[in-house]
Amino acid sequence: MEVKFLDYTLRIGGEAGQGLQTIGGALAKIFSRTGYHVFTHQDYMSRVRGGHNYYQVRFSDQKVSASRDMVDILLALDLNTVEIHKKSVRDDGFVLYDSETIKKKFEGPEFIDVPFKKIALDVGKSSIMANTVATGAVLGLLDLGLESLKEILKSTFKKKGDEIIEKNIACAKAGYDYVLSNCPRCEGVEIREPEGKKLMLIDGIQAIGMGALMSGCKFYSAYPMTPSTGILNYLASKAEEFGLVVEQAEDEISAINMAIGASFAGVRAMTGSSGGGFALMVEGLSLAGITETPLVIAEIQRPGPATGLPTRTEQADLLFILYAGHGEFPKVVFEPGTPEQAFYLTNRAFELAEKYQIPVFIQSDQYLGDTEWTFENFDLEHLIYNDYRLREKDLEGIEEYKRYKYSDTGISLLAVPGESGKHLVVADSDEHDEEGHIIEDAETRIKMVRKRLLKKMPLIKKEIEAPLLYGDPSPEIVLVGHGSTYGVIKEVVDILSKDRKIAMMHFSQIYPLSERDRFDYIELLENAKLAISIENNAMGQFAKFIRAETGFEFTHQILKYDGRPFTIENLKEEVDAYL
Amino acid sequence: MPTSEDYEGQVPAWCPGCGNFQILSTIKQALVELGIEPWEVLLVSGIGQSGKLPHYMKCHTFNGLHGRTLPVATAAKLANHFLHVIAVAGDGDCYGEGGNHFLHAIRKNPNITLFVHDNQIYGLTKGQASPTTARGTHTKIQPYGISSEPLNPLATAISLDCSFVARGFAGDQEHLKELMKAAITHKGFSLLDILQPCVTFNKVNTFRWYRERVYKLEDEYDPYNRIKAFERSLEWGDKIPNGIFYKNDKETLEEMVPTIRKEPLVRQKFSIEAVKHEIDKFY
Ligand SMILES: Cc1ncc(C[n+]2csc(CCOP(=O)(O)OP(=O)(O)O)c2C)c(N)n1
Ligand code: SF4
Repeated sequence: MEVKFLDYTLRIGGEAGQGLQTIGGALAKIFSRTGYHVFTHQDYMSRVRGGHNYYQVRFSDQKVSASRDMVDILLALDLNTVEIHKKSVRDDGFVLYDSETIKKKFEGPEFIDVPFKKIALDVGKSSIMANTVATGAVLGLLDLGLESLKEILKSTFKKKGDEIIEKNIACAKAGYDYVLSNCPRCEGVEIREPEGKKLMLIDGIQAIGMGALMSGCKFYSAYPMTPSTGILNYLASKAEEFGLVVEQAEDEISAINMAIGASFAGVRAMTGSSGGGFALMVEGLSLAGITETPLVIAEIQRPGPATGLPTRTEQADLLFILYAGHGEFPKVVFEPGTPEQAFYLTNRAFELAEKYQIPVFIQSDQYLGDTEWTFENFDLEHLIYNDYRLREKDLEGIEEYKRYKYSDTGISLLAVPGESGKHLVVADSDEHDEEGHIIEDAETRIKMVRKRLLKKMPLIKKEIEAPLLYGDPSPEIVLVGHGSTYGVIKEVVDILSKDRKIAMMHFSQIYPLSERDRFDYIELLENAKLAISIENNAMGQFAKFIRAETGFEFTHQILKYDGRPFTIENLKEEVDAYL
Repeated sequence: MPTSEDYEGQVPAWCPGCGNFQILSTIKQALVELGIEPWEVLLVSGIGQSGKLPHYMKCHTFNGLHGRTLPVATAAKLANHFLHVIAVAGDGDCYGEGGNHFLHAIRKNPNITLFVHDNQIYGLTKGQASPTTARGTHTKIQPYGISSEPLNPLATAISLDCSFVARGFAGDQEHLKELMKAAITHKGFSLLDILQPCVTFNKVNTFRWYRERVYKLEDEYDPYNRIKAFERSLEWGDKIPNGIFYKNDKETLEEMVPTIRKEPLVRQKFSIEAVKHEIDKFY
């Protein structure tokens, strides 16, 4: 693949527990602070120690949004890594390793043997600092200077004291210098310093967490399940500072019912889980539906069925989410393609949930959840916050309050219980009348279904934005994706657009589908010579959904269901096969 | 001061003679005597005959799913601890479908009150065994007799160091009312298991059967003695004790959550300005 700009990929491999995340995370941060665009992704097994894992950091002076297969630098912390990944090292690439630690010496110009452990013992008096030596060595290879790493070491070891900080800095420098003087080939590595400024580095999960925080979410209840646990961690770490309550529930059934209880009582509430955990929440989802309780649910997919591949990725819960819940009630499903979209869509999820008193989903997956991206900034002026609930003062003028009062929009006023001495709030999971009391008569049932579902749905549909078209405005080839495949499809379009009229159509607001009067995306697909649906699942769930909703049938599909995300090379190859 | 009329709701759809009627009127009396206004009370229920009770009252109500009463009640209390949150449940609802929530709500210790209408049968679904039905009892579904040991809710709660554990009888409203008042005013998770005859499906545990057996715990009984409480909670048969079995004064869930100590969550204003700097952490 031809690359005109600086585009470097670094892969750090080893066992779980060897500190891959610490090294990779530090390097990614150093690159983003230097002003490089960064994209990281992780590949790890479901175990706390051992196994084979890697952390990949791609950095460039242009925007990057996916991973490549081939790497420029392989940092191998164990023998396994060298053997598995040496074939992925480019001809002019490098393998950094410590022959003493992995008990094997490799010949060949790409191998740079750095005694990580020995240097750590000599300079830092502790083998624990071998990872710091390795991090310094990578920077030495790129000759990027040590300033950013020093800052990171200072903040990381702040609690451990100055001595530890100094020792770590000395270790980093020793690794750096060792590579400079022991790698003649490295002279040829020409790293252009980027012109841009410091960039922010954020992953999908953090973006959802921060999006919730900045949308006024006050209550989050969940039961830990990979890969959704990060949201729980993020919000718990902010609870005290920003005044929220984060509850670890006894199970997912409780988690969703808690979020509903908190929302009923008057605060913005959210819950989250992954496939199996969400399966347990489905009954509660319907409860939010009939009680018209605002609720945001993050469903972060992993491959199923059942427990599936706990730490891998797939987009195979889409139809499950779309059709989840017994009975009929409105809902909204968002599936962001980037951390930036995750941030804004989480904010929109809260807005729509509160405005229409419905459940709204942020659906994502392990891949987007864990990948870190760089952005110049998120425009916080775009955030929406409207409090739709009636509190103290708002209730003053209201003579008679009925929780489920019929209205033209189907939306009834949502009062907060306990705010006034006379307005009572009655919610019911049984079919109910305007006051919230159980009924069984046919007439009221019809009216309630109209109010709750048929009146609200067209209004909700109007709020949904059309899919994004990227690339040629009247394309002959359209690559269609949804959710986390955004980044990789975009890069493949960039590569192929040099000699083809090609575009990406990306859906992040999945359900309900946007109206076609503003942008007739289906017509565009019909007019293209080739429209390929690209999905990270085996059944082509999104294509099925589009067909069911619009009648449009994709004749071509690219499906990947090995539990791994698409890489640029592998998606390009699959697309090429159709061209 | 509130009156019983203030709490008057819809006309109950229970079988004539059902023990639930006494429970309903006793809850109203207890609240009136405590001077609690309807708008200060949130009644949370699940599904079952007991689950309909909030509709027969006037106050804030959340009538949710079968078995899921306690998570809703706990979270509502966390969101607004100024509300008196009372959960009502059936024995199937609370000890069967919601068994896990029962255990963990006790462990969390929110300051909420739980009234369990324990009729030792599934009423609404017409007479199947409940977790408290005696072993060996024959039902349509268990023609050879129930093979499981009945659950002892009081002993279970005491073993979990529940903050307040009591039992009352729908047929003794005076005593029941005192127990309800004690449960509502107790700080911490309060369980009041109420013996409630189901006149339609439970032909064993009738009003008469109970009247012949129930008695009150002695005046000198010390509810702070956990071992004794456990011992007394095992008494069941010819003599069935009622009263407050166990109490302790530990910190509640709301007291343990620093963010809501000063002000209820629901009163805390949100402004994007206050959280904007959060984005700086990602540079
Ligand atoms: C998830 C679910 N499962 C089953 C039911 C059916 N159901 C309704 S009430 C009930 C049992 C009621 O028994 P109990 O809780 O003891 O209350 P009672 O009617 O005796 O007061 C059952 C099984 C339901 N509504 N929801
Ligand atoms: S079935 Fe039993 S519990 Fe239900 S209303 Fe009738 S008597 Fe009461």
